[in-house]
Amino acid sequence: MSEEVKLMKGNEAIAHAAIRSGADGYFGYPITPQSEVMETLMAEKPWETTGMVVLQAESELAAINMVYGGACCGKAVMTSSSSPGISLKQEGISYCAGAELPCLILNVMRGGPGLGTIQPSQADYYQTCKGGGHGDYRLIVLAPASVQEMADFVNLGFDLAFKYHNPAMILSDGVIGQMMEKVVLPPFRPRRTEAEVRAQEPWAAQGRTPDRARNVITSLEMDPVVMEQRNIKLQAKYAEIEANEVRYETINCEDADYLMVAFGSMARIAQKAIDLAKEEGIKLGLLRPITLWPFPTKAIAEAAKGKKGVLVAEINAGQMIDDVKLAVNCSLPVEHFGRLGGIVPSPEEVVAAIKEKLM
Amino acid sequence: MDVNEIIKPENLVYRKPTLLNDNTMHYCPGCSHGVAHKLVAEIIEEMGMMENTIAVSPVGCAVFAYNYIDVDWIQAAHGRAPAVATAAKRLNPHKLVFTYQGDGDLAAIGTAETIHACNRGENITIIFINNGIYGMTGGQMAPTTLEGMVTVTCPFGRKPELNGYPLHIGELLAKLKGTCYVTRQSVHTPAAIRKTKKAIMKGFENSMNKKGTSVIEIVSTCNTGWKMSPDKANVWMEENMFAEYPMGDLKNE
Repeated sequence: MSEEVKLMKGNEAIAHAAIRSGADGYFGYPITPQSEVMETLMAEKPWETTGMVVLQAESELAAINMVYGGACCGKAVMTSSSSPGISLKQEGISYCAGAELPCLILNVMRGGPGLGTIQPSQADYYQTCKGGGHGDYRLIVLAPASVQEMADFVNLGFDLAFKYHNPAMILSDGVIGQMMEKVVLPPFRPRRTEAEVRAQEPWAAQGRTPDRARNVITSLEMDPVVMEQRNIKLQAKYAEIEANEVRYETINCEDADYLMVAFGSMARIAQKAIDLAKEEGIKLGLLRPITLWPFPTKAIAEAAKGKKGVLVAEINAGQMIDDVKLAVNCSLPVEHFGRLGGIVPSPEEVVAAIKEKLM
Repeated sequence: MDVNEIIKPENLVYRKPTLLNDNTMHYCPGCSHGVAHKLVAEIIEEMGMMENTIAVSPVGCAVFAYNYIDVDWIQAAHGRAPAVATAAKRLNPHKLVFTYQGDGDLAAIGTAETIHACNRGENITIIFINNGIYGMTGGQMAPTTLEGMVTVTCPFGRKPELNGYPLHIGELLAKLKGTCYVTRQSVHTPAAIRKTKKAIMKGFENSMNKKGTSVIEIVSTCNTGWKMSPDKANVWMEENMFAEYPMGDLKNE
């Protein structure tokens, strides 16, 4: 059977992919530019087909704590929001990380700070990759650059979250969420039965059976010696994720004089900039991190070798550039280009920035 | 007579519920939590619900409820227990899901989650310990602190012009269409304990019968926070707390 190609928005693709991934629950609160996620789910009525629960919460706080509650029961649960709403969810995300709960969170970024703007942005890189909530924790962060990747990263996000018992975030932006593209939706995966959840997630709060002690899902530990051990275990897990789960894409890197590093929608713009620069005889390459954490540090160091300079293009004031600088360790010039406040840059601006800052 | 001649099944008049384990409780002597915990354990056992119970503990003194009652527990963020329980119940509709929360957790930081879970008529039971004070953090003013009552954050007594009024969250919740049963009880006398047991049991049965949200408010003592002996705290509760928060059903449908 040939694959069915559909045309839809990134936000809609997330909703369809969630139903198909065998997700047990979605809990959300409306915010532009990602409201189509919950709207699509409600219109699809998956509770009548797969049995998936979809609930509009009273706030982002409630939504992330519903995710926490569902994840504690071993269920595959998710939420979505945009920047200000993701800020509100940070406490709950920290709890999910602390209690080692698998769950999926989508951030369709908009410009900030504060209420900011509903236009696209990538200004939540620090928040997502450098903490966000309190405590020493990491999220697995996937950065889609197409509607197809929005759809694909739902399964990938859930799989990684359950593999490592860690929250995963799809860090998207208003461009990817709102634009329509061709997409092939993933095949249906059945939701797990209670028996399967009990067997596969024996740690979960599913009701204590006589053959085991009670399961307690908590991030709390009063004894600092035990709490330190918990933290050391978390760090060991993060090291394992860093060793195994780095994902990136390289375009034209071998034959380039200058390297660009960009993620998400900015990577699509940078791709066009490669073609424009070529017409002017400038050889550009692009490394697109797909996982923002774990960050493709080694790959960037490798790709930067022999280049004349690196341009980090982001739709923010310069956040990922810190990690790129650490990756290349001052071995060559690293410059930043970005637009702020919801302005999406053009490929021409990227080429101009290369010429102005690196040539 | 030898002790072993007395310890016989036919002489048994009372025993600890098996779901209440032997861990030493961190609660202060005189605190109402111990009795409330015992009732919860006893009821789950009597209903035969151990294998299908998901309990949600709050932030506050009862955060460690999971150390004492041998069922599966989720420890929620401060105030968020009703949201946590909402998902646990909706994703496991045939299970008994309840929260156990204090007044600061339920009626201050978690007011929104409490009202909206009740307004949606989630098929959960909320056990609400109202002692008019923050116990865990050292006796600060709670939303339910009485007018004139002294705490470490209202050292000259709660003044309405500064701190507002004692919050009657039970009455508020009883007004919502999603609640089926809202009652106010206490656990300071054997008679009161028996009534509270019936109330919790009714709440659990409502949850399993999909009747909506049940709220069991238990007006409680915090003799440490109130800076009183356990005996005096019971008397003070009857004279002052019961005057502000009268005993009885606020809604029973």
